[in-house]
Amino acid sequence: MTERQTPLLDELEKGPWPSFVKEIKKSRKNPMAEDLLGILERSYREKIGHWKHGGIVGVMGYGGGVIGRYTDIPEDFPNVAHFHTIRVNQPAGWFYTSDVLRKICDIWERRGSNITNMHGSTGDMVLLGTTTDQLEPIFSELTELGFDLGGSGSDLRTPSCCNGQARCEWACYDTMGACYAITQEYQDELHRPAFPYKYKNKFAGCPNDCVASVARSDLSIIGTWKDSIQIDQAAIKAHHSDINMVDDVTSRCPTGCMKWDGAKLSIDNANCVKCMHCINVLNRALAPGKERGATFLLGAKAPIVGGALLASVMVPFVPADEVVDTIKELNEAIWDDWGENGKNRERVGEYIQRIGMGNFLERIGLAPVPQMVIHPRTNPYIFFEASEEE
Amino acid sequence: MCADRKTDIGPPHHDKFLPPIIKNNYGKWKYHETPQRGVLLHVGEKGDKLWSVRAATARIASIETIRLFADIADKFSDGYLRWTSRNNVEFLITDESKVKPCIQKLEAEGYPVGGTGNGLTNIVHTQGWVHCHSAATDASGVVKALMDDLFPYYHDKELPGKVRIAFACCLNMCGAVHCSDIALLGVHRRLPAIKHDIIAKQCEIPSTVAACPTGAIRPKTVDGHQSVEVIEEQCMYCANCFTVCPAMTLNDPEMDGLSIWVGGKVSNARSEPMFSKLAIPYIPNEPPRWPTAVKAVRNIVETYAKGARKFERVGEWIERIGWPAFFDQTGIEFTKYHIDDFTHAGETFKRSAQLRH
Ligand code: SF4
Ligand code: SF4
Ligand code: SF4
Ligand code: SF4
Repeated sequence: MTERQTPLLDELEKGPWPSFVKEIKKSRKNPMAEDLLGILERSYREKIGHWKHGGIVGVMGYGGGVIGRYTDIPEDFPNVAHFHTIRVNQPAGWFYTSDVLRKICDIWERRGSNITNMHGSTGDMVLLGTTTDQLEPIFSELTELGFDLGGSGSDLRTPSCCNGQARCEWACYDTMGACYAITQEYQDELHRPAFPYKYKNKFAGCPNDCVASVARSDLSIIGTWKDSIQIDQAAIKAHHSDINMVDDVTSRCPTGCMKWDGAKLSIDNANCVKCMHCINVLNRALAPGKERGATFLLGAKAPIVGGALLASVMVPFVPADEVVDTIKELNEAIWDDWGENGKNRERVGEYIQRIGMGNFLERIGLAPVPQMVIHPRTNPYIFFEASEEE
Repeated sequence: MCADRKTDIGPPHHDKFLPPIIKNNYGKWKYHETPQRGVLLHVGEKGDKLWSVRAATARIASIETIRLFADIADKFSDGYLRWTSRNNVEFLITDESKVKPCIQKLEAEGYPVGGTGNGLTNIVHTQGWVHCHSAATDASGVVKALMDDLFPYYHDKELPGKVRIAFACCLNMCGAVHCSDIALLGVHRRLPAIKHDIIAKQCEIPSTVAACPTGAIRPKTVDGHQSVEVIEEQCMYCANCFTVCPAMTLNDPEMDGLSIWVGGKVSNARSEPMFSKLAIPYIPNEPPRWPTAVKAVRNIVETYAKGARKFERVGEWIERIGWPAFFDQTGIEFTKYHIDDFTHAGETFKRSAQLRH
């Protein structure tokens, strides 16, 4: 096959940043990659995309994990007439060995476009572009290698986590362990969409939230601690000379609960809100406390349909060794209620806005606590229950 | 079907892919430092040392590149590597003498090392014209042009704090772009074009009507076809209708483009997580290198670099100086589009006389 001319895309081979055009060109001995270059050059020229809505394709017995994709100009680009995406559930923390990556590449070289995303937004390894007839063979080779598909559509989306205790001193619970356990527990919910809309669990080891769980997950599990920040006073002195203890540390504490007297750092831990700033800055001297666990927040989502939401507090503190069981309890209680009563394409966060947080808490069996709100309501239009009439 | 068809096995356990040093120090890391940009050194309680060398990728990765990374891992990190949540690749090295050669090799192959600490890291982004039907703009191309331009802030130049940029090519926002220091978001600005002749065949009319958050869609018979109409004043070009009904398309070469949002964050450090807020409502699509968008982002980054205090994120800097000062210092025009008019609009109105004059 002769190589297409791509003058516009060629402009994106220039410059120091890794070039996606080079990545596609590296793959172009595969005719799908060649046609992808062609279609993309066309989009760059016409300023419009050339992909149609996904059709329903997949592997037998699964409702998710494959996104059907077809071009609207197959006559010009027959090799991407069908160009389906496969979401492969990533290992927790995105750790790999060279050996397993080569095996995945070999499968994809034989059966797909040679192009991937490492990784997609939800966290999956994304194999970008294949045809319907290849789906079952790819699936069987992937499972042979010990991999499985991720979620898509109105199901439990592939859970994802930060690398937590594997490589971070701040992790307050085992994010990777929890992510793996939850993913394994809910294989059916992940592979067979049966919810009103998508549902995500994301696991961050501390309030730095490196996986953006508070913005992206219906149930966000963020590591935290209950007791006092551990301080190594000697290490403070040894700390980087570029840190000013007042300007950079104590005066930046959101609750003003730290004091530096020139020789000793003291923290009024009862007023520490576990924001992580001082620990981030003085990471050789300070560490989260020893009584560790997680805060559970619920209801984050992007704008579609009714507007974007950040997650809000559901359970202020769960001890580390109870995190996985608590996730299961909450997930299942939420699915029982929202799964039954949520409208089509209504995320949990929107469902709560519709029925009211107070009602929702009753339905899932959680007691209201003041940590759930910035402040109590200011509006006096209270829906008192009829039974409370004297 | 063969009897031994495996299903629902889930992902492999991560233990299979963890280097011995990580298994030995799991949950027992003491601290980390950044010996140079792009390198993290984690030290365990017993003194074990792990160097992670972080390199940028384009997110789109050819299998040739993954094989190259596998070879690099074999040579420098005993075959162990991982990806970050922001599409960087990291090589997990236990032998300090291999750190420099690993960096040299990666940079020679075109995968620059950087992205740690206060500054820029990779831009999380979406599929764009490469693979999505909804895209109001391309993703990879804008990201490439932006990172070429801002490259020093990834590679060696510091900023006051971390700056997280995210990109989504439509309002579906795959990824967390709504809580980023700087977010670029593809927008449509033309009414859905309705294919009246086929809509009843392709779509369910009631669910199409129900998909609209503003109730702009009404059933209507057009030229004898069962179809819908869109009330122009109520349409906010969100493409919810297109998501459920392919016969209502919003893509348009001249009207589509980008918007820019600033001041969001997800970390709890100092201030609570916040949404990104509108800075620039519309920039046209200018492939292949989107010069206007690139210039606009650079302006925001540089104004922030000049004005922010150490550690301050973009949102914290703006909250300290006030939004009027942000528009003043960046020279960005404030328009009626900056004032919210959707469900919770009133919450963002200023209701006090506390102003800087
Ligand atoms: S979220 Fe916290 S524990 Fe997890 S990687 Fe980030 S800083 Fe470490
Ligand atoms: S973690 Fe945050 S709130 Fe707690 S003492 Fe440190 S800076 Fe203050
Ligand atoms: S943000 Fe929109 S256009 Fe971009 S990949 Fe996601 S759904 Fe597609
Ligand atoms: S684009 Fe959005 S607002 Fe406009 S008709 Fe479609 S769903 Fe309604």
